[in-house]
Amino acid sequence: MTGVSGNLYWSEISRASLETLAMLGGSLALTILFGLPLGILLFLTSPGQPWASRAASGLLGFAVNLLRAVPFIILLIVMIPLTVLLVGTSLGVLGAIPPLVVGAAPFFARLVETALREVDRSTVQAVQAMGATTRELVLLALLPEALPGIVAGITITAITLVSFTAMAGVVGAGGLGDLAIRFGYQRFQTDVMIVTVVLLLLLVQCLQMMGDRLVRYFSHR
Amino acid sequence: MHRVYKHFGPDQPALAGVDLAVTHGEIFGIIGRSGAGKSTLVRLLNGLERADSGTVIVDGVDMADVSGSALRTLRRRVQMIFQNFGLLSSRTVAQNVALPLRIAGADLAGIDGRVADLLHRVGLIDYAGKYPSQLSGGQKQRVGIARALATAPDILLCDEATSALDPETTASILALIADLNRELGLTIIVITHEMDVVRQLCDRVAVLHNGRVVESGLVSDIFFTPAAQETRALLTDAGADGAMGIAFPGRVVHLALEGEALAEPVLTRIARATGVDFTILASRIGHFRAGSVGQFTLGLSGGDQDAALAALADQGRVRE
Repeated sequence: MTGVSGNLYWSEISRASLETLAMLGGSLALTILFGLPLGILLFLTSPGQPWASRAASGLLGFAVNLLRAVPFIILLIVMIPLTVLLVGTSLGVLGAIPPLVVGAAPFFARLVETALREVDRSTVQAVQAMGATTRELVLLALLPEALPGIVAGITITAITLVSFTAMAGVVGAGGLGDLAIRFGYQRFQTDVMIVTVVLLLLLVQCLQMMGDRLVRYFSHR
Repeated sequence: MHRVYKHFGPDQPALAGVDLAVTHGEIFGIIGRSGAGKSTLVRLLNGLERADSGTVIVDGVDMADVSGSALRTLRRRVQMIFQNFGLLSSRTVAQNVALPLRIAGADLAGIDGRVADLLHRVGLIDYAGKYPSQLSGGQKQRVGIARALATAPDILLCDEATSALDPETTASILALIADLNRELGLTIIVITHEMDVVRQLCDRVAVLHNGRVVESGLVSDIFFTPAAQETRALLTDAGADGAMGIAFPGRVVHLALEGEALAEPVLTRIARATGVDFTILASRIGHFRAGSVGQFTLGLSGGDQDAALAALADQGRVRE
């Protein structure tokens, strides 16, 4: 039982890999869905922008900072009742997605806000001077111009989510992180630990490469 | 055609009580150093900025009264070009030029033809599919101009449009802007810190300093007989203050001659008739948009000086 390859149950590992991918895909999609509009709002309500409002920008900023200040491991536990309410369980892939989204969306929103801020000011003014509505400004100018930055932000967020999914393993979410803790750490099965870490590394490496390639594709600067 | 008055409160030092009237179809320059308030001034004209007090009337519309869709409609008639061009890096040249048409809700079928016409007009038809990053500065500004013309505006605002360009490219862009004024009857307002741009392009100019108009009038007058110290400083920067005279004990007049009078022996003829001796204290020939103007600072001694002045006034413009 203690042979070098004796601990490696490949079916376990492939199941855990699929769980990690499912958690990542689901939470990334929802993070973009919620984080992108939030980031746009953060930008538009900031001083000097079309919807500039100290109250709105202060409130949004505070909410985002609050969620970002809570350590993810604490968020996982605090969110359990809300998670059960939302998806019916706090366990497994499904139970992991709400805390992952709540943890990552504010982070992604800040990255979107930063990317929008990088758009050349005279470009924004030019489009406003054409008689664009704020909606047209966002859809026709701000988002296309900031797209490389936003894609880079998605890459960073996806990689952050990979490490979040590993942490979610602690509260029974499954996935590679769960495997690493239960077998690699608690049962001293070093080979399981090594395999999971290598797989996570491969995942991170792939995400970064894909992200970089997309940024290059979208960038015409 | 449009008359522009704006007064800012004392707490808003960007513009402090500016009065200006720009006539339909002219090229009007606004010159001043950075921080003089030029950019704020021009942004009042398309509502990118709002006046705290006073009135800004553009094409008969009081800017204080327009907002929402009325403002957006007005902006289609008042287009703008920028120092750093303001092109969208994510769109091709043709897509950049098409953007104001799409925003204006133009018929999609007509957009391609209109864009081709505009690119032809600025000499960039072969670059339609390129991205702005593949163009030179002068080409980018041509795209900016084509884009500004897309909605057939009445007024074109140029905010330091040539300040990022080399002298040769600047000259070609200025020539293009002058052509547009002539061919399309566009009213053009040029913001710049370069006297040379004003000299080549503008009919009239206002000198802005610390949010105030310190001097305004015909470009050739302001070049030759600048009244305000700030104007003289700007001219010195441009190496164009050769008209500053030498001290002269008698009566001094400034004379500006244009057209045929330049090619005639005006001074000697008047000197003979009136017995006045002219001492040329300063002189230069300026090449302006309106044509060449000979400008002289003359010292008068002896003879019938009033008659001489009257005779000079027959030939050109005289200021004492």
